[in-house]
Amino acid sequence: MTDNNTTPQPVLRLNGITKTFPGVRALSEVDLALYPGEVTALIGENGAGKSTLVKILTGIHQPDAGQIIVDETPTTLADASAATRAGITAIHQETVLFDDLSVAENIYLGHAPRGRFGLLDWARMEEDAREILKRIGAAINPRLPLRDLGIASKHLVAIARALSVQARVVVMDEPTAALSQAEIEELYTLIDRLKAEGKAILFISHKFDEVFRIAERYTVFRDGQMVDAGMISDVTEDQLVEKMVGRAMSAIFPVRHATPGETVLEVRDYSHPTEFADISFDLRRGEILGFYGLVGAGRSEIMQSLFGVTKPSHGEARLNGRALSIRTPADAIAEGIVYVPEDRGKQGAITAMPIFQNVTLPSLSRTSNKGFIRMAQEFDLARHYTERLDLRASALDQTVGNLSGGNQQKVVIAKWLATRPEVIILDEPTKGIDVGSKAAVHDFMAELAAEGLCVIMVSSEIPEILGMSDRVIVMREGRIVSQHPRDGLSPEILVREAAGYGATAQKESAA
Amino acid sequence: MIISFLKSREAILLGALIALILLVESRFSGFAMPRNLAAVFNDTSILIILALGQTLVILTRCIDLSLASNLALTGMVTAMLNAAMPGLPIVALLAVAVALGLIMGAFNGLLVWKLNIPPIVVTLGTLTIYRGIIFLVSGGSWVNSHEMSAAYKALPRAQMLGLPVLSWIAIVVIAGFAIGVNRTALGRAFYAVGGNPGAAVYTGIDVGRTRFSAFVIAGGLAGLCGYLWVSRYAVAYTDVAGGFELDIVAACVIGGISIAGGSGTVLGAVLGALFLGVIKNALPVAGISPFWQMAISGAAIIIAVAFNARKPPSRIILKHAEARS
Ligand SMILES: Nc1ncnc2c1ncn2[C@@H]1O[C@H](COP(=O)(O)OP(=O)(O)OP(=O)(O)O)[C@@H](O)[C@H]1O
Ligand SMILES: [Mg+2]
Repeated sequence: MTDNNTTPQPVLRLNGITKTFPGVRALSEVDLALYPGEVTALIGENGAGKSTLVKILTGIHQPDAGQIIVDETPTTLADASAATRAGITAIHQETVLFDDLSVAENIYLGHAPRGRFGLLDWARMEEDAREILKRIGAAINPRLPLRDLGIASKHLVAIARALSVQARVVVMDEPTAALSQAEIEELYTLIDRLKAEGKAILFISHKFDEVFRIAERYTVFRDGQMVDAGMISDVTEDQLVEKMVGRAMSAIFPVRHATPGETVLEVRDYSHPTEFADISFDLRRGEILGFYGLVGAGRSEIMQSLFGVTKPSHGEARLNGRALSIRTPADAIAEGIVYVPEDRGKQGAITAMPIFQNVTLPSLSRTSNKGFIRMAQEFDLARHYTERLDLRASALDQTVGNLSGGNQQKVVIAKWLATRPEVIILDEPTKGIDVGSKAAVHDFMAELAAEGLCVIMVSSEIPEILGMSDRVIVMREGRIVSQHPRDGLSPEILVREAAGYGATAQKESAA
Repeated sequence: MIISFLKSREAILLGALIALILLVESRFSGFAMPRNLAAVFNDTSILIILALGQTLVILTRCIDLSLASNLALTGMVTAMLNAAMPGLPIVALLAVAVALGLIMGAFNGLLVWKLNIPPIVVTLGTLTIYRGIIFLVSGGSWVNSHEMSAAYKALPRAQMLGLPVLSWIAIVVIAGFAIGVNRTALGRAFYAVGGNPGAAVYTGIDVGRTRFSAFVIAGGLAGLCGYLWVSRYAVAYTDVAGGFELDIVAACVIGGISIAGGSGTVLGAVLGALFLGVIKNALPVAGISPFWQMAISGAAIIIAVAFNARKPPSRIILKHAEARS
């Protein structure tokens, strides 16, 4: 599709863009060019300034210095509608959608089709929404209220929204973080089609396989500076990682020796009227148990009911041989079972609170003396856990809302590890986290498991599942398909069983 | 630390308050004398106490519009009890006032918690109901000064260490809030629930119960103020403190308590109440026309809201703690 012999004119060019927030220089004099019919991958660590750039391109933030040149004309993008008029649309990392509006309304809010007398043309809006959703391969009824959708479907709605405006530049800020493998494939097809239509695409991701699969060009940010740019065909993955973190790094998983001990958690016949059925499994001391499945396989729902957010219709859970009766998250936390939710926006961080208060929120009894919170102890606790997770923040009393997406996720994980639980359930623990920090999270997980922590890890990333788990449970459509020890497990088996190809997948292999 | 305080919202409000006091002083010299400022504080004590209660409610993303009705009802009940049984000790009356206030707060809280009715609807309803009950118990008649015992009227005025008891009560409540809100798990929960209710649930915080607690505390304080108000002005009638619920909310808003929940400080609420108190109590004395009083307080509210729409600065006390540890 791309012809490298001619030098195409960039659709959009950024020169010397600088942006400072109080106390942080998020971007300093960065350059970027986007070409028609090409995907440029923007990579960089958490907090490198990627999303800040996206917000500048979409008129949400104004740069302190620098030029934005669209089609050779210097332009100011004063607000979101100016960006739309300039032909720039974006899928943001933190999707901002409205729970109480329908899917179609969410897609067309602000640019809805109008009929006679300038009134909203509802029929056309629904029709167009259906069309766009079909284009991105999402089977979602446009009339449903957004509230009824899972997180992956909501993300698909955000993608549909971005594509519902006529644009020449499409920016995607970690679009695949919330999607399952099948949906990611759909997205790739869509990106190919956008390329064929001559659109320029800026693609932000922490996953290198994706970058190499779809991008023609790359740009690397480090600490708010552009450190390198070029053609993807000229670099290797290791070189890119090195440019990104500023040192050579091997992305291998920690080696773990300990053999799991006695059974700590037993779950028997857990069922829910609509989400899952007949779930039974054991978790042993020091074990990391992986849950693999497509998004929507019911994994998060099981974990939420173990944690007391929802109730299973029947079934039993035992901790150290004792039957559990968990009705609220507070009960679960008291029993030493904690859950790190996948949706960090709604369920994770309290963004108006400072970092350290977020971390200590469920552990206040430990940082208090006679019922009064001791600030110094709070700082110590928060510092200990956030440092281990490689959090990048200027101070621990910075509000979480000012952190980059990946760093917010680290705060949420730190919060739960700081409760010193017996069982921790991590739902997509490294979603949106850069390679270097991912290794830090994995190392810490392995270390805590070696100390006897029991870990359930729900993940849709096959390398993570294979690299970290002692045992893997595969789920499909609310049921457990199979259980495997790690040895001898291959990506092919996981994909096949999760998708349900072939009757053989139904057989349980020895656990 | 001093520099970061200067940038905080509270510092700006303090600056505005001082400017306002100087403005009055320029028209009415002697206003800024310590003795007079103490009198202004005393006049504002009840508003401060109520604004602190309201602060908790607003922090949890709720609002209580029934506080003034609660105050009027408890005030009436204590006045009638005192008139009927002059021998009843004041401590008993205080206990009755606080208990009644707690019950009314709990009623609001339960409706919000268990029936999931929006707080503004609940308290708009109880605003009318509680006032209606005053009419029921009093039959519309007044309890006048001569019907009240001397002891009943004396407490808020009694001098202690140079200040009236009323001022001391406000000081104790402020101190209690400063500690309770900043240094207890419940105080933290108010912020968490208002900041992100979804995440608060996952943290093991019972959102409904936390909101209930805020309503109960605000109600109890309103009950206390019921006695203080009626004994101070030595008269009880159905319309006592009519419309005062809006002053309470205004004090919070001026003080930087975000109506969206999850953000605001005790110091801010106190300064907001003082600011409004100076406008309401001092400007008339200084001969500034009612029009300007309304214009100044209206402008203060709008400026405060516009200001809050911006990013709140991180809290300074904590920087200090971090530097130390
Ligand atoms: N509104 C804001 N106020 C203050 N600081 C901010 C704000 N938004 C971003 N920052 C800071 O700017 C820096 C860049 O953040 P940005 O969100 O652009 O990172 P990112 O590259 O997108 O990271 P991630 O991979 O985690 O999404 C970070 O240090 C972040 O804390
Ligand atoms: Mg980002």
